[in-house]
Amino acid sequence: MEYLSTFEVITSTFIQLWPTWLALAIMIALSFTFQDRLGLYGRLFDSGVGIVGVCIVAFWIFTAIFADIIAPFDPLGQFVVMKNKLPGAIEPGTGEAFLFGGDKLARDVFSRVVYGSQIVLIIAPAATTFALMVGISLGLPAGYYGGKTDTILSFLANLVLAFPVILLFYLLVTPGIAETPIPYAMAGLFFLFPIIFFATLFFTRFKNRPDKLWVQLLITFVIGGWIYAGLVFDADPLGIISIDPNELNIFVAVVFATSPAVFRIVRGLVMDIKTRDYIAAAQTRGETPWFIMLWEILPNARGPLIVDACLRIGYTTILLGTLGYFGLGMAPESPDWGTAIKEGSRLLRLYVHPALFPAAALMSFVLGLNLLADSLREESMKD
Amino acid sequence: MFTFILRRTGVMALTMLCLTVVVFFLVNLDPNLRKLSISQTNMRASDAQIESWLEINGYRDPFFERYAAWLGAWQKQPNIDRETGLAVSRFKYCDDPTEPTFTGVIQGDFGCSTKFKRKVSDKLVPALQATGWLMFWVMVVMIPSALLIGILAGMREGSRTDRSLSVVSIISTATPEYVSGVFFTVIFASWLGILNGSAATATSKGITFYNFSLPVMTMALYGMGYIARMTRASMVEVMTAQYIRTARLKGMSFYAVIIKHALRNALIAPFTVIMLQFPWLLTGVVIVEIMFRYQGFGYTLVQAAGNNDIDLLLACSLVSVVVVLVTQLISDVGYAYLNPRIRVK
Repeated sequence: MEYLSTFEVITSTFIQLWPTWLALAIMIALSFTFQDRLGLYGRLFDSGVGIVGVCIVAFWIFTAIFADIIAPFDPLGQFVVMKNKLPGAIEPGTGEAFLFGGDKLARDVFSRVVYGSQIVLIIAPAATTFALMVGISLGLPAGYYGGKTDTILSFLANLVLAFPVILLFYLLVTPGIAETPIPYAMAGLFFLFPIIFFATLFFTRFKNRPDKLWVQLLITFVIGGWIYAGLVFDADPLGIISIDPNELNIFVAVVFATSPAVFRIVRGLVMDIKTRDYIAAAQTRGETPWFIMLWEILPNARGPLIVDACLRIGYTTILLGTLGYFGLGMAPESPDWGTAIKEGSRLLRLYVHPALFPAAALMSFVLGLNLLADSLREESMKD
Repeated sequence: MFTFILRRTGVMALTMLCLTVVVFFLVNLDPNLRKLSISQTNMRASDAQIESWLEINGYRDPFFERYAAWLGAWQKQPNIDRETGLAVSRFKYCDDPTEPTFTGVIQGDFGCSTKFKRKVSDKLVPALQATGWLMFWVMVVMIPSALLIGILAGMREGSRTDRSLSVVSIISTATPEYVSGVFFTVIFASWLGILNGSAATATSKGITFYNFSLPVMTMALYGMGYIARMTRASMVEVMTAQYIRTARLKGMSFYAVIIKHALRNALIAPFTVIMLQFPWLLTGVVIVEIMFRYQGFGYTLVQAAGNNDIDLLLACSLVSVVVVLVTQLISDVGYAYLNPRIRVK
């Protein structure tokens, strides 16, 4: 077996990632050129922490997008001779190197890390978006109305938060649950929230201008219904949107575990903002409660919410990793980082590389998001 | 204060009731019961055999009747032997009574573990003790280092110390246990060989530095960053207060101001945060105990969940819910007690 030297491994990895570097260079150049016109995003480039955060996150986004070009091997492809080979071993058949070595099923660790980023970068932001939708839709009335609405919703949120996350996952993401209609019922409930949210958003704003309202409601219902049909009933007429039952199960569990925390943040923000003068002005103007919540309070709460969304994507990534680590939900051969860490850590005393690289990948992505959130917080506080 | 605690205890009881109903419902879903039955009959049972096993052992009784029996508000029925027609003990290895009795959680009986073939309390108490030691050492490592980092960083906002320590705490919050566990094992067990990559010997031979440092370090690292950041924020806020400036202007040295005036007020917020960290630590416990093969609460929980061990899993969820709710209560009461502004009201 021939091996590349450590230096060659590093340079080849660097070269292999060329589409990412190219995209990253273009993005950074554009960002600096139009920095003044990009608002909050542009100001991120003022601080070192912000640049590092944006670059790490963008690195993984581009790696996920160009995974097919970057990865030299199939993430599930097995090359028997490459079992547990150290980083830099050259696969005799193709002459290509296993840059990060082979795992115990003789698959290329580098390609698996690259393809794993796709899974993580689709599920984590999507689940966070849905959790934000659910949390916002319920947190707004709880904070604004207070009283009984608040008591009931807060009790339910605290109920979910009192569950240790890991127990929740063991109960919700077992193969047995996937056979029951529970995940679909929960998905059906959670995925309604974005549709209701946008419908209310447009209705409160344009209810006196039917010409605009109908167009927007129609768009909301068509796009929302299309995604809803694809995800919940797996009946997308165009066949574009579909989700594996296991992934739906994970998705729903993550949304379920995350949204109460969002709810609490939104509720707190609303209770703070509703005491301001411009809310009293809107109330005096005779605006409806939902108009005030969605068009007066929500835009003014966006700063902390953007920061929280950033942190929460990182946290969701950690949750996904936890699920993978316990072998819940994901197929055992799935290249996602958590599953890879679990598989690798069993043989950690003998072979380090199968667990080390996905662990580093996961950590760097979450770190990038945390740095991004940190500098977003600093920049938005300067306003 | 008394009515406050009383009301909170009422809400706690209601929360526990709701959560146990949910857990009870989920573990009693048909696929889960089948899993239990297959693992208990120890064979490739046919559907009819599975059904009759579930029938005999009372898993087909009405849902709320069984929940009430678990709770102790309803009589637990013994099994009826199909051939003799006599009442027999439901779980022989737990000495279940042969006549209907009220024996549930309210009476202090947590039921019988089908996986470990013994009473739940016999299994859970040693496991909780083991985890208690792990938690204790994690706290001993985590809290002082987190507070120190937070105070040093928040002392002079924007200084180089602040910037570098903030990055350290961000890195720590970005490193979940299963990642830092891998890194630490690689560094300290595989390369340097100075620490044991498994804590399995801690249960049998006692806790030593050699077998216990890695799990403790792994767990402490993830929680540390968050507490440190909260401490820093609190410290920064205190340092801009008027009384700190007054103290500085009257000629006190910088460090005397920090120790005499700033620390006391800056440490109120981290106390709350530390208490609210417990729910996260529970997840950490599960990961770390599985990773380092330490037989504590987390290990038991995973075994119970993996085998659908109904009584054990219910007891585990009850314990974790109690931990979460009690720490929340302590954090609220403690905050009111520590903060003079709230205490006076």
